[in-house]
Amino acid sequence: MTAPIMALRGVNKSFGPIDVLHDITLEVRAGEVLCLLGDNGAGKSTLIKIMSGVFQPSSGAIEMDGVNVTLPNPRAASEKGVATVHQFGGTFPLMSIGRSFFVGVEPAKGWGPFKVYDRKRANAIAVKAVQDFGITRIDDGDRLVGGLSGGERQSLAIARAVHFGARVLILDEPTAALGVKQATHVLRIVNEAKKRGLAVVFITHQVMHAMAVGDHFAVLIRGAVAADFKKGEKTREEITDLMAGGASMASLEAEIEGYMASHGGHPPQPAE
Amino acid sequence: MSSISFGGLLRRPEAGAALGLIAVLIFFAIFGGITFLKPGGMASWLNVAANLGVIAIPLGLLMIAGELDISVGAMVPFGAMTVAVISGHYGLPIWLGVAMALTFGVIVGLVNGFLVIKTAVPSLIVTLGSLFAVQGIVLGLTVLITKSTSVALATEGPAKLIFGDFVLGGQLQVMVLWWLALTALYVFFVHFSPFGNWIFAMGGDKVSARNAGIPTDRLTMILFVLSSTSAAFVGMCQAILYNSAQVAGGQSFIFNSIIAVVVGGVLLTGGFGSVVGIFLGTITFAVVTQGIYYTDFDRNWSSLIIGILLLAAVLMNNTFRKMALSYAPKKGGKA
Ligand SMILES: Nc1ncnc2c1ncn2[C@@H]1O[C@H](COP(=O)(O)OP(=O)(O)OP(=O)(O)O)[C@@H](O)[C@H]1O
Ligand SMILES: [Mg+2]
Repeated sequence: MTAPIMALRGVNKSFGPIDVLHDITLEVRAGEVLCLLGDNGAGKSTLIKIMSGVFQPSSGAIEMDGVNVTLPNPRAASEKGVATVHQFGGTFPLMSIGRSFFVGVEPAKGWGPFKVYDRKRANAIAVKAVQDFGITRIDDGDRLVGGLSGGERQSLAIARAVHFGARVLILDEPTAALGVKQATHVLRIVNEAKKRGLAVVFITHQVMHAMAVGDHFAVLIRGAVAADFKKGEKTREEITDLMAGGASMASLEAEIEGYMASHGGHPPQPAE
Repeated sequence: MSSISFGGLLRRPEAGAALGLIAVLIFFAIFGGITFLKPGGMASWLNVAANLGVIAIPLGLLMIAGELDISVGAMVPFGAMTVAVISGHYGLPIWLGVAMALTFGVIVGLVNGFLVIKTAVPSLIVTLGSLFAVQGIVLGLTVLITKSTSVALATEGPAKLIFGDFVLGGQLQVMVLWWLALTALYVFFVHFSPFGNWIFAMGGDKVSARNAGIPTDRLTMILFVLSSTSAAFVGMCQAILYNSAQVAGGQSFIFNSIIAVVVGGVLLTGGFGSVVGIFLGTITFAVVTQGIYYTDFDRNWSSLIIGILLLAAVLMNNTFRKMALSYAPKKGGKA
């Protein structure tokens, strides 16, 4: 078995008196999708912020390729190949696709003080990178990012991370704001990134999305890893229950079924 | 643009500014005749536009980057007074006065930038503070040193020619040439060099920009230095041109340059705009304030026009931005 690209060993995190993460040990491997599951406030975002250099662990170690590392800031993390894509793509809505793709590393032509931004090349590379991920609807690098759909923006951000050499791709609820079709797009891209040998950390509340792409699952409950298992080791119901922190979801489902049985098959009306 | 089309032009940040300028030109041509477009008439609004434009562009860049600098209103008299006190009151070489005026511009810009970076206080408040502080310094020191609020300055030779003279027949201020040259430089750096992208990225999303490796703090400092030094430069040139400097005056530059920038299509929340747009917005502003003299209207009505123009610009800019966002290449036309 290969060494994990990134590993957390006994990581704790507290904000002043508030303990948010307890003794987290996790590994992410090349070509594998690790799904981080857990209820609101379980500590998922905090955990990935430690992986991406936004927060420092209060104690514990971070390893990359088996070597202890510190990630003092997001720059350091991204230089080591850790890329984070946030819910809304984290890109610049009023910039063109080509320009936002190359923010900070703008391609130029010409020489000396007369270097000019190479719009054609930037657009061509950006469009090709996204299309290689199967998003063929993006074919004009001059379009503004804010005009893309949520799924397309996510795809652009992921394609950008991969293009610039990311090895660990962290996705914080990339499908949360998306419809079914858009979410499918993003999941396909996650699969594509995995095929290219990236390690993907995927946060989601939707068990279906997790099961569609996940190889490995970790459930966080109040800041601790409550379960850590491989694909196929647990059913959807079991995972859902774990996420909800016990048997509450199963009993809720039973409750709804009971309601429907006694009301001629109608689900309960949502509160007005 | 891959193809020049009407729709394509409308999506550009300066579209609203261009339409506004055309509307204003037509308005004044109807009510005042075309005198203001003949050489003599043009000089009047070109001079106003040049002095405003040299400040409006760097201010507009700050606004694109998501910041604001209203201390320019104090930097204009500061620059004027510095050169007048050093080279007029004390009679020291003019170049020393010029150098000191610009140096103070750089220093105030560094202080503004530093406070904005370190305190995370909105730059409106930070520069409101430096606006009053610098006004106080200018008034206090001038009265202390010269026992007056107005200082005379006589300049001759190349300094006069370069900074404060009339050119091309004696009506056009040399500032117009400075303005055109600086605009060309800004256009290159903002829209053609790779660095221009950083300003837009910073105004679009500062955190993402920083994570993408853009030195946002250094860029913020540079932009604040540019705006306050440009304001000091304009003040200094005016003192050399008019052979005197006053402690007051300059506050009008605050609102006027913000108006020029917004009419020029810069988004108040940052991330969108263009140098050409600011350039056109500046001309529009100058034409309205000067064109009024060529009509039968009382000059006070120009404020009404500017007010309407500003509101129309903000509304139009929103519309144009939506158009830019919703733009997608036509599918039907392709084989
Ligand atoms: N900077 C902070 N200071 C203090 N407490 C914090 C801070 N950041 C997060 N927390 C707390 O840590 C806990 C975990 O937050 P986190 O955002 O990691 O949860 P999450 O699992 O991502 O939740 P969600 O599913 O809602 O996104 C929360 O109780 C939160 O209030
Ligand atoms: Mg979260």
